[in-house]
Amino acid sequence: MKARVTISLKNGVLDPQGKAIEHALHGLGFDGVNDVRQGKIIELDLGDIAKENAASEVERMCTQLLANTVIENYSIELLD
Amino acid sequence: MKAAVIVFPGSNCDRDMKVAIEQSLGHAPSMVWHADTELPPTDLIAIPGGFSYGDYLRCGAIAGNSPIMREVVKKASQGTLVLAVCNGFQVATETGMLPGALLRNANQKFICKDVDLKVVSDNKYFAGSFTKGDTVRFPVAHHDGNYFADEETRKRLHGEGMIAFQYADADGNVNAETNINGSVDNIAGIYNEKGNILADAASGTPDKRRAGWHGRQSVFR
Amino acid sequence: MTEITKEIVAEHGLSESEYEEVLKILGREPNLTELGIFSVMWSEHCSYKSSKKWLKTLPTEAPWVICGPGENAGVVDIGDGQAAIFKMESHNHPSYIEPYQGAATGVGGIMRDVFTMGARPIANMNALRFGHPDHPKTRHLVSGVVAGISGYGNCMGVPTVGGETNFHESYDGNILVNAMTVGLADADNIFYSAAAGIGNPVVYVGSKTGRDGIHGATMASAEFDDDSEEKRPTVQVGDPFTEKLLLEACLELMATDAIVAIQDMGAAGLTSSSFEMADKGGVGIQLDLDQVPMREVGMTPYEIMLSESQERMLMILKPGREEEAKAIFHKWELDFAVIGKVTDTGRMVLTMKGEVAADLPVAPLADAAPEYDRPWVKTNPPAPLMSKDVKAPEDLKEVLVKLMGSPAIASRRWIWEQYDHMVMGDTIQRPGGDAAVVRVHGTQKALAITTDCTPRYCFADPKSGGAQAVAETWRNLTATGAKPLAITDCMNFGNPERPEIMGQFVGCIEGMREACLELDYPVISGNVSLYNETNGTGIFPTPAIGGVGLLKDASQMMTLAFKGEGQSIFVVGETRGEMGQSIYLKEIEGREEGAPPAVNLAEERKNGDFVRSIIEQRVATAVHDISDGGFLVALSEMALAGNVGAEITLLTDNELHGFCFGEDQARYIVTSNSQDVEKITNEAKKADVSLQLVGTTGHNGLKINDVLSISLEEIKEVHSNWLPNLMSAPK
Repeated sequence: MKARVTISLKNGVLDPQGKAIEHALHGLGFDGVNDVRQGKIIELDLGDIAKENAASEVERMCTQLLANTVIENYSIELLD
Repeated sequence: MKAAVIVFPGSNCDRDMKVAIEQSLGHAPSMVWHADTELPPTDLIAIPGGFSYGDYLRCGAIAGNSPIMREVVKKASQGTLVLAVCNGFQVATETGMLPGALLRNANQKFICKDVDLKVVSDNKYFAGSFTKGDTVRFPVAHHDGNYFADEETRKRLHGEGMIAFQYADADGNVNAETNINGSVDNIAGIYNEKGNILADAASGTPDKRRAGWHGRQSVFR
Repeated sequence: MTEITKEIVAEHGLSESEYEEVLKILGREPNLTELGIFSVMWSEHCSYKSSKKWLKTLPTEAPWVICGPGENAGVVDIGDGQAAIFKMESHNHPSYIEPYQGAATGVGGIMRDVFTMGARPIANMNALRFGHPDHPKTRHLVSGVVAGISGYGNCMGVPTVGGETNFHESYDGNILVNAMTVGLADADNIFYSAAAGIGNPVVYVGSKTGRDGIHGATMASAEFDDDSEEKRPTVQVGDPFTEKLLLEACLELMATDAIVAIQDMGAAGLTSSSFEMADKGGVGIQLDLDQVPMREVGMTPYEIMLSESQERMLMILKPGREEEAKAIFHKWELDFAVIGKVTDTGRMVLTMKGEVAADLPVAPLADAAPEYDRPWVKTNPPAPLMSKDVKAPEDLKEVLVKLMGSPAIASRRWIWEQYDHMVMGDTIQRPGGDAAVVRVHGTQKALAITTDCTPRYCFADPKSGGAQAVAETWRNLTATGAKPLAITDCMNFGNPERPEIMGQFVGCIEGMREACLELDYPVISGNVSLYNETNGTGIFPTPAIGGVGLLKDASQMMTLAFKGEGQSIFVVGETRGEMGQSIYLKEIEGREEGAPPAVNLAEERKNGDFVRSIIEQRVATAVHDISDGGFLVALSEMALAGNVGAEITLLTDNELHGFCFGEDQARYIVTSNSQDVEKITNEAKKADVSLQLVGTTGHNGLKINDVLSISLEEIKEVHSNWLPNLMSAPK
């Protein structure tokens, strides 16, 4: 079982890297871009774990280490 | 007074912190490795600057989950003084000892220079030689010193006198122009509610910091 | 097995005659792994085949030199049983292709060179050259390189205390990133690379080996063409966190006596480190490649031997000390593997999966590396250009404003504020002065460090430019009060197969040699980077010099800032009004012409010794060397640094613009309290040094006779804004 965790800054938290990307895209002529938020993806290989356990396990990983819930949101995707 | 300095893989101001404490207290602090599970008897715990675990994942996140930090959090809740500087500030917010979080500087660059800080609160443990309203000059050296707190937390920080320092100019003016890194309300350092934990993003270093430390001797009294 | 065809040999950068030599040494055809090893060992980068003949002519000895060129870095004695270890190295090509990682791994590599020898790095510097400020790639490169240096050095916790940055169109297609590290060690605990002790274990420590940077060393010796951007995948990625752990682990092990020899795996990775260790020790080495910690599966011997994965070291341990060493490296969460042993065969034998992957004689391969006496032609220097030959400007103020905001002179603060220049707590002179100064931790001593080179001088007259580069570092160290000890050089040139480029190299070396001899200032380490060319256009010859000096008493350290009002201002050294190759000529008249200012080494020495003596007698209050832009630029820098102006009265036989903007060498501006004027004047007479009292400090602007009046605010604005404006301007 593999899992993919996507972490992004919460709305309302300033994202200077996102702003810089947006600025650069505008500079390249992509004027249609209204907003850019960047984040990170963490891929986990969980070995032989049952799917129902995997979700809660990764959830715990997110709250304890992978994401800082003061500033970040996370979403979990389980991949077979 | 006894002091202990926590050392993580990637800490790089641990020696600076040791020297500063030695100069202030007249004797060396104990150096405590991150993998240790017990602290020696101590009145002050210092969490130094640097790049613990390379600042990978998030600054301070991996260090915040290291074995020794569980002990530090426990001691802090029992009233032991904790001084968290720079990367230590990030570690402290990651453990939840202090509210808020530190983000990448608004200009996205590492900033190393001297800044003026306004002393915002009086505190019975720390900064004894500073008085509310003073302006002090400290060096900063950080990439992720941009302090963030949500609306509710901000109100609490202001309301309970938890803001220690704000980025200012030499005359103590606090405004957008003196905000070097995008921190909410120009916040450079905060206390916890009880006032026994001080975290500071204006780490400072060499001579200036040592000079600063002399000014802060009461920290260790 | 792969057949070795002509094409494969050519792809490995070996010439036909070099391949003939390979066949002669082996008495058979090499396999692919062996060919790969020959190729990197005989690359320009590792073998110095074009430059060796000339490098040998540089002076490398002095009573205070503990170890000269040939080891990972050079070592000088700084008294009290302590030694300073330093070197400068280029990472030009990788930085052009991927500026962040290229610069970062350059910084990582040079720090490893220094701590391999047993030193804790205490300061970093870097000498950077970029293309024209308006070139479409320049800003991207500046921003990436500076971020890379900052990212790696800051994380390591070693202060980056300064350096130099030039912009010129000759670097449009080939930027230069030269990184220097200075370390501190006990003079009786320095580590060398010669393997010894038959049967001793060969140990691999640090990061795992991946497929990164394969053939980086041969890339570093190849000219660029328009397809170079496709070479991106060969660039290595740096991991400063691992290097920080490697530093601490190595220093911890070095405090024991378990290590026989140690060598960093830099360019050409495991190949060059193992061959160099075996060759220096006159022994053989047997390696079991299955034991090498690997990051990727299915790696071949060829890939393992040529990988340039960063943050790795090779060590020979004393027998029986493996467990002790392993415990230290595991504490720091680093790989540790015994991968072979020292043998008495004089051969490098590599095995993998029970088969011999390579079997090569060490000495012939290392020593029979080609050495060329490449044809060269001397550059004919142009005629000198004096101020009388250059039209006087109508408005001095306009000129000063233009120069202070010009690419060559504007403030570099935007760069060095991104470097942690204060970590370790011993930086007592920050960037922006003549040289940075770091205290030797826990002592009264301090080291002054600078890097300098004026490539436009070297291009016009290589010999004079080479001498000037050495002399300028000597002068900058002197201006802080330090006694200059030794230099490291980073020789950046174009394609040596072109006689005019080879002539530039030979000329620069000749000038450097003379300066080193006259100033008692030997070369103790260095690096050569050739083939810095794009589509047949070479860079300006750039022999970047890193100088280190010693202040026995850090409290005597001098800075350039004016210390207050009413101080007397002197110019030390004679001003003849040399305008050739000056910033004035380039910025005001749009010309890069004439001979560079003459270098008189005897005068350089005399004037410098005088300046150092008045600093030691504590009668000088501020000192600044006069270089790019001339007297008025130097004066402005002193005024800005101290936030105090100056009033100058010039009685000169020469043209005023010659005095203000000529770049005559061997000069300094010095200030003193008024009561010390007589003493300084007498000392100068005794030393037979030209000294001119030109004015006093005061006010909040600069005044010269009745021809110039400008506020400091105006100067500061243009000086501090040029670089931030360049970097933030819309694309």
